[in-house]
Amino acid sequence: MSVGRIQECFQRLAAERRKALIPFVTAGDPGTEQTVPILQALVSGGADLLELGVPFSDPMADGPVIQGSSERALKRGVGLRAVLQMVSTFRETDCRTPLVLMGYLNPVERMGHAEFCERAHAAGVDGVLIVDMPLEEAGPLRAELRARQLDCVMLAAPTTSAARLRRIGRQVSGFLYYVTLKGVTGSTRLQVAAVTEALQQVRACIGALPLAVGFGIKNAAGVAALAPLGDAVVVGSALVDNLAAAARRGESPAQSAEDFARTMRAALDSASRNQES
Amino acid sequence: MPLHDSAAVAASGVPDASGHFGPYGGRFVAETLMAPLAELEAAWRRYLPDSEFQRELRDELRDFVGRPTPLYLAARWSRSLGGARIYLKREDLSHTGAHKINNTVGQALLAVRMGKRRIIAETGAGQHGVACAATAARHGLPCVVYMGEEDTRRQAPNVSRMRLLGAEIVTVNSGSRTLKDALNEALRDWVANVDETFYIIGSVAGPHPYPALVRDLQTVIGREAREQCLERLGRLPHALVACVGGGSNAIGLFHPFLEDRDVALYGVEAGGLGLDSGRHAAPLNSGAPGVLHGARSYLMSDADGQVLPTHSISAGLDYPGVGPEHAWLKDRCRVHYDVVEDAEAVEAFHALSRNEGILPALESSHALAYAARLARELGPEGIILVNLSGRGDKDLQNVLEAQAVPGAAA
Repeated sequence: MSVGRIQECFQRLAAERRKALIPFVTAGDPGTEQTVPILQALVSGGADLLELGVPFSDPMADGPVIQGSSERALKRGVGLRAVLQMVSTFRETDCRTPLVLMGYLNPVERMGHAEFCERAHAAGVDGVLIVDMPLEEAGPLRAELRARQLDCVMLAAPTTSAARLRRIGRQVSGFLYYVTLKGVTGSTRLQVAAVTEALQQVRACIGALPLAVGFGIKNAAGVAALAPLGDAVVVGSALVDNLAAAARRGESPAQSAEDFARTMRAALDSASRNQES
Repeated sequence: MPLHDSAAVAASGVPDASGHFGPYGGRFVAETLMAPLAELEAAWRRYLPDSEFQRELRDELRDFVGRPTPLYLAARWSRSLGGARIYLKREDLSHTGAHKINNTVGQALLAVRMGKRRIIAETGAGQHGVACAATAARHGLPCVVYMGEEDTRRQAPNVSRMRLLGAEIVTVNSGSRTLKDALNEALRDWVANVDETFYIIGSVAGPHPYPALVRDLQTVIGREAREQCLERLGRLPHALVACVGGGSNAIGLFHPFLEDRDVALYGVEAGGLGLDSGRHAAPLNSGAPGVLHGARSYLMSDADGQVLPTHSISAGLDYPGVGPEHAWLKDRCRVHYDVVEDAEAVEAFHALSRNEGILPALESSHALAYAARLARELGPEGIILVNLSGRGDKDLQNVLEAQAVPGAAA
């Protein structure tokens, strides 16, 4: 199998001793036409890998911010097919930045595993993270993903045991997404000390697999605090909130996205440099 | 409708070790919940067969719930229908007014053994919420109940009852503001408070082990009913009828009869304003397999996989999914699933009230309406047993409103 965009991205960053910035946005929010410009702007602002949320009617692992964005996107009719179309459009101008779809299983089941993987591959998706598909239920979809050279990104959480981490580590491809807290996306109870300790155990269990940390990272300070602990930092709810606020003020969400990414990028790079010195 | 010759279903053997009923069930949750579900499964496997646990559960069911519930011959109503004799399993006489409490007393005993200090629950009609609130009060545990805003309006008496029992009610304003959204919110609470919290799911739905655990706690209905039939009638009924939302009262009644191949089993979904209208809550009759709330089962979702809004006059049936074991029993043709619409359910509500002096819950009224149809088909020799899963006091406002609309309630 050739080296995919995700692997290539982490290899390059490792060589440069930098951490990956992974912004998450919900497709179709704050507007259907704005998603592709937002993705492009995030890359301009310094994002390394993009996570694009597939709106779902019942996002049970998400907090109020991403629930709200999902509801708004669905009102505009943005579902899985529309999201894949957005990825195709994004790929017309960017064939380098890896992109991961994040969402829930039912839309994928409804389309059918094989058809979904074929369409995702054709659109230029690199990896898929299905929030409500743990290791034990992942087998059938993972096989289809693999057949299309798509990475199957999975979650680990503070409640995940060491034995289970090792099993997950063997099945994940692309990167492992470590959920830094017990809670939904956008929670406020992030405790850096506890995460630091937990991540050492995670690292010991998964070997060289790239490790992204996310959930509850609100700002540059949070990014800087968590940057040394993994290979990548995911920022979702804070960005989604920021874009929605920009849209409400009549400002350009794409410009906000670029500014947001730039700020996070600076915090990440400065934290990486401090770690070096 | 003939009594169908259904294949015997092995009562044991499902779910399998990973919580699957054939292709259904499973554990489709975010990673954070995998460990607490494994912990709950271990407790279920350890304590349910334990004789001390069973003794305590038996005492709770007798002294707190008031079991066994009676088997009642609805003689006047049966005569008025001119067909089979209809017996009612009087779950409406259980403490707090519905079968839901059979499950909550059992799960609360597990919670205590697991050292959990806080109870959370979702509720639709409010019957499960009230049962949880009562059970939590009895154990001195704080209880938080999630309830959709729409349901708090149409089931207002139950909201007051839960508050009086000391529970905190959290009104859910997301999505369709009904049971499915209450479940989402309860799952979010559980993820955030996973160490000390026990989530009492109220139906045979959700991730493994809930469908099996709730079934095991509700089969007391069917075990009693089977014994009562043999003792009183000297035989088993020709047919059993129960309403199906998530499906816990139906599984509870049906399960001990699955091997009795001569007993036809009928599950009744909410037909709402009619299957053609799209405004109903009948995933087994109109949906397709999908994944929601931790399990694969029949689900009402659109071509894009978004869960569809549902409608039923009865809040307890107003849910787009159904327990995975029902999906399995449907595919195996062991249970026949049909629908009854709002108006027919309301008509049955009135018929039972006036003929028998019993106000049935609108959920159970769906089963009653279907039994009325069956009674005419089976004729005077037939015996039908209906699970009267709850009492209707909570529904008075809805029934009166339905009557006020010309043509809405016959």
